[in-house]
Amino acid sequence: MSAGPAVFSAGAWLDAVRGDPGPAGTILWRVRLPRVVTGALTGGMLAVSGVVFQALLRNPLAEPYLLGVSSGAALGAVSALALGLSASAYFALPLAALFGALLAIGVVFEVARVGGRLDTRVLLLAGVVVSAFFSACVLLILTFVRADTLRSAFFWTLGSLSGASWGMIAAMLTYSVPALLVLFGLSRHLNALTLGEETAAYLGTETEAVKRLAFLLASLLAAAAVSVAGVIGFIGLVVPHAVRLSGVRDHRALTPLSFVAGACALVLADAAARTVAAPMEVPIGVITAFLGVPMFLILLRRAVRS
Amino acid sequence: MICGLERVSFRYHGRSANALTDVDLEVGEGTHVALVGPNGAGKSTILRLLTGVLTPDVGTASVFGRQAQSWKRRDMARQVAVVSQGGEADVPISVRELVSMGRHPYVSPWSALGREDHAAVDACLESVDLAELAACDVRELSGGELQRARLARALVQEPRLLLLDEPTAHLDLGHEARFMELVRQYMATQAVTVVAVTHHLNVSARFADRMVLLASGRVLKEGRPDEVLTPSFLEAAFDWPVDVVDLGNLGRHAIAGTRGSPRVEP
Repeated sequence: MSAGPAVFSAGAWLDAVRGDPGPAGTILWRVRLPRVVTGALTGGMLAVSGVVFQALLRNPLAEPYLLGVSSGAALGAVSALALGLSASAYFALPLAALFGALLAIGVVFEVARVGGRLDTRVLLLAGVVVSAFFSACVLLILTFVRADTLRSAFFWTLGSLSGASWGMIAAMLTYSVPALLVLFGLSRHLNALTLGEETAAYLGTETEAVKRLAFLLASLLAAAAVSVAGVIGFIGLVVPHAVRLSGVRDHRALTPLSFVAGACALVLADAAARTVAAPMEVPIGVITAFLGVPMFLILLRRAVRS
Repeated sequence: MICGLERVSFRYHGRSANALTDVDLEVGEGTHVALVGPNGAGKSTILRLLTGVLTPDVGTASVFGRQAQSWKRRDMARQVAVVSQGGEADVPISVRELVSMGRHPYVSPWSALGREDHAAVDACLESVDLAELAACDVRELSGGELQRARLARALVQEPRLLLLDEPTAHLDLGHEARFMELVRQYMATQAVTVVAVTHHLNVSARFADRMVLLASGRVLKEGRPDEVLTPSFLEAAFDWPVDVVDLGNLGRHAIAGTRGSPRVEP
């Protein structure tokens, strides 16, 4: 909370917390607190989205950024804004982003499905390529539309929490709380699905219905996160993996713990983004990529070897 | 009748030939029925039709008097359990967790396993002789142990119908006999019916009550093992000379011959 370009004394902070309307109070309540809350929610949602994609695809490398879901969501959001949707339409923006996210995942799945199965390597490759294409579309739109209404290219490709506001947080909570509760309720089914779809069906899971619902909700979480914070990669990869390393496999624990860990991770990453090059701000996606890419490479080596 | 097929034909999407054509099958209560026949004969397809994951193109597949595909999965999982060949050997969970998954159809999404569930898991681990390996990682099990763990998971579902899809395909002679003996013991103590797909004619001839010989998606012969294990039926099914020897109280045994070798006519 105290990290950032404006530095105040401890006394000024205390006054601000008590409600004193000085500059410290404004920055605390209007800028830094919404930013921390947005970061926490975004990080948690991205991490849970990653957990769910990993369970559904039985693949530890699946996550919204690498599957192209995030850039699809960004394209959906940017298109809606370019077509005249106001940037303060907090509740409509995540839905536009969801549309783009579902389009991306649809394309990626269609490409990667070989004989009814999803091939891991094709899936990742298709995700990266679709992601590159959608990012290009985003940049194209940004070129032609007045950029001041759409936020910067940095925002849509590398993410930022700088636009955080209480209105956004309210919209995010509206979408994420029901999605998170339903996904948490699906935990046993996600556990069963890790044994394979047919086995899960024999154990009493309505496989197709559960898959469809979980894909939709995981995409919604990613879309809502993207529409407020832009495209932030690797949180959905690194966080669930770290939680699993601590021995947690059961989704009834893995999902909520990943939410909490994702929240902490993104808040810390944002603090780092604001301080490492202060007073300039490093795009938060740069920080998460520096942490995420090495871990991705390690996991990829392991996956290819087995 | 516990389960069966009535004039069932089925073709996989995108294939030119039927996987099954006009198949009738009746499985009576408390019997152990073995489905045998060459690769691609449609044996596993029958199991998948009975579980409702596939729907017949023509005819009906029924389980406990209801169409197989109309069951809710949760309801079916309380009556029907399946042991398949593979799939979960690479999942990093303990034997106990794997077996506990069998309680999935009995617990609500929000609650933990109750005392009865844990007792059932313990009893099944004990019955397949894996109690000592309960905390062991599934990935460290031998083939025989893993199949016993899968059997335990199926038994924890408290099924009235147990479907086995080549459960002993990768097991040696001793582990195979042990697995089949466990199934027989369970049948002796519980009211359960077994339908098993297998390539092992001689093992199923010893353990099964009835055999169904399939070839090219049709039933070639159905009957007691000694009625099915004859050179003429087996040759027609497998397209290869087969000798059958009678081992007295061990039953009949089928042995593949060589092309053109002199054989005793039945």
